[in-house]
Amino acid sequence: MQESELPEGRLREAARSSRIGAPILAVEGVSLSFGGVRALADVSFDVREHEIRAIIGPNGAGKSSMLNVINGVYHPQQGTIRYLGRTHHDMDSHEVAQSGIARTFQNLALFKGMTVLENIMTGRTLKMRSSLLLQALRIGPALREEIEHRTVVENIIDFLEIQAYRKTPVGRLPYGLQKRVDLARALAMEPRVLLLDEPMAGMNVEEKQDMCRFILDVNDQFGTTIVLIEHDMSVVMDISDRVVVLDYGKKIGDGTPDEVRANQAVIEAYLGVSH
Amino acid sequence: MRKNWPVLLLISFLLVGLALPLATKASPPGFYIEVLLGGLMAGVLYSLVAMGFALIFKASGVFNFAQGAMVLFAALAVARLSEAMPLGVAVVLAFAIMVVLAWLIERLVLRPLVNQEGVALLMATLGVTYFLDGFGQTVWGSDIYKIELGIAKEPVMILDNVFQGGILVNKEDFVAALVAALLVTALSIFFQKTSTGRALRAVADDHQAAQSIGIPLNRIWVIVWSIAGLVALVAGILWGAKLGVQFSVSQVALKALPVVILGGFTSVNGAIIGGLIIGVGEKMAEVFLGPVMVKMFDLAGGGIENWFAYVLALLFLLVRPEGLFGEKHIDRV
Repeated sequence: MQESELPEGRLREAARSSRIGAPILAVEGVSLSFGGVRALADVSFDVREHEIRAIIGPNGAGKSSMLNVINGVYHPQQGTIRYLGRTHHDMDSHEVAQSGIARTFQNLALFKGMTVLENIMTGRTLKMRSSLLLQALRIGPALREEIEHRTVVENIIDFLEIQAYRKTPVGRLPYGLQKRVDLARALAMEPRVLLLDEPMAGMNVEEKQDMCRFILDVNDQFGTTIVLIEHDMSVVMDISDRVVVLDYGKKIGDGTPDEVRANQAVIEAYLGVSH
Repeated sequence: MRKNWPVLLLISFLLVGLALPLATKASPPGFYIEVLLGGLMAGVLYSLVAMGFALIFKASGVFNFAQGAMVLFAALAVARLSEAMPLGVAVVLAFAIMVVLAWLIERLVLRPLVNQEGVALLMATLGVTYFLDGFGQTVWGSDIYKIELGIAKEPVMILDNVFQGGILVNKEDFVAALVAALLVTALSIFFQKTSTGRALRAVADDHQAAQSIGIPLNRIWVIVWSIAGLVALVAGILWGAKLGVQFSVSQVALKALPVVILGGFTSVNGAIIGGLIIGVGEKMAEVFLGPVMVKMFDLAGGGIENWFAYVLALLFLLVRPEGLFGEKHIDRV
C-alpha cells in the first residue's frame, strides 16, 4: 500500500504540496455537548487552502459532530470557527453554504423525488439570479442563465462519469453512484471548501478507489480545499495532506499521515491498550 | 404487480359503479352527464383545498389542519373587501393578507416548534384553525356574504340536439374549472422550471441537505404557506361565488382529508385526481345509489354524500395506505 504507489502519484503529491496556502478555516477551542454528553472538548485545528485535511477517529469520537459544527448544523457552546478571516459560532447551515462551504452526507441525503440532473442542478440554487417570472417563461436572460448553469452541471457530470444516469431518478441508482451524485451536487456549488462526511462508507474496494481518484482530482483541478471524515484509516493516509485524530471528543493527534501513524496515543486509540 | 390487486379491484369497482347507471339505462344520458359535471365541479373545489394540504405536508411535514380555515378566511376577506372596492383590488389585497398570515404562522407557530413531534405541530395547526375561524368573524363579521364574479348565474342549455332535454350547465362552473386548471398549471410550471420551485422540492425531500446547498428553510416555509394561502384564496373565491361565504365552508374543507388520503399525502397531482374522484363518486352515489338503497333495503337513502368520501378513504387506507400517488415508505434495515 505505501511503497507501491505509482510515480505519477508521487509527482502529483509534490505539485500539490507546493500549492498549499495559508490557513483558510480554523476551529478554535470548540466544545459541544448534548445534554450531559460531551461530544467535543476544546478541539482546535486549522485547514490550509487547497489541502486535503482528514479528521479520523474511532466510532463515537466526535468526527461527525465536528463536521456538523463547521457546517452550522450544531452551534458549539464554546469556541469559534474562523473562516476567511471572519469569526463566528452560530451561523446556520444555509449561511455557511452561502459563504462557500459545501458538504456531502454520510447517510445519503439526496432529493429522492428528482433525477440525477435535477439533484445536481439544485446545487446551483445560490447562483440563480434572474427573476421568477423570467425563469418560469424560460425567456431572455433567464434562458441564458439556465444554459450557463446547465453547462457547469454537465461538466461536473462528465467529471464524475455519471453521464449515463442523467435522467434516472436518484433512488434507483446503486449506492456507490448515489454517493457520486451527492458529491456532484456539492461540486455544483463551486465551493471553496468541501466537507466530505465518510465519502467511502459502505463502498466496495473498487468504488473506494474511484472515490479516492475523484477526491484527488477535485482537489487538483478545481483547487478545492477538502475536509474529510473517514473511518477507514488506510484510505485517509493515502490521500490526505494532514490528519486530525479525535478520540472521545478530544484531539489526540495532528500532523502528516506519517506523523499520525507513529503517534502512540493514536495507536492506542485505534488498537486499544492493555491495562 | 401481484400486490396491487386490491387497489385494482377497488378502482374497477368504482369504474363499474360509474358505468352502471348508464349501462342499465337507469338514467337518461343527458341527466347522467349533468350529474357527472356537477361532481367534477365539486371535485375541483375539493382538489384545491387538498392541494393546499399536500403542498404544506410535502414541504414541511406538517399536517396543516388550518387549510379549511384559511379558505374561509380568504373568502371572507374577498367578500368584505369587495364591498368597498373593485373585485380585482380586493383579491390582490386579500392575497397580501394571506402572505402576511403565512409569515406570521411561520414566525409565531412553526419556528418555535421546529424539530418537535409531528403531533405537537398538528395540535398547533388545530389551534390556528380555531383562531382563524374566530378571528375571521371578529374582523369580517359572521353573516353570510356574497362574492359576485359578474358572471351570469342562469344555467345554459347545451347539446340539446344530441341528448333529449339537453344538458344544463352553469357558466360560472366552467369559469371556476378553468381558473382552477390555470392555477394548477401555473403551480406546476413554478415547481418544475424555477429555481425557487426546485428549492421547494428540495426542502420537501430533505431539510438538512437543502440547507447544506444554501436554501434557507424559514423563507421556503413562508413561500409554501403563501402558496397554500393563494390556493386557499382561489378555492375560497370559487366556493364563495357558488354557495356564498359562510362558516360551513371551513367544515366542507374537511372533505379534503379523505381526498389527500386517496391521492397520497405528498402528491399534488394526487390531490387533484383524488379530489375529482371523490367529487364525482359522491355525487354519483348520492343520485344513483341512493334510490337503489331505498328500493332494495327500504332505507331512507339520503346522506350518502356525507359518508362516501370517508368510506372510500378508509378502504384505501386498508389496501394502499400511501394513497394513489404517494411515496411508498421503504425502510432499509
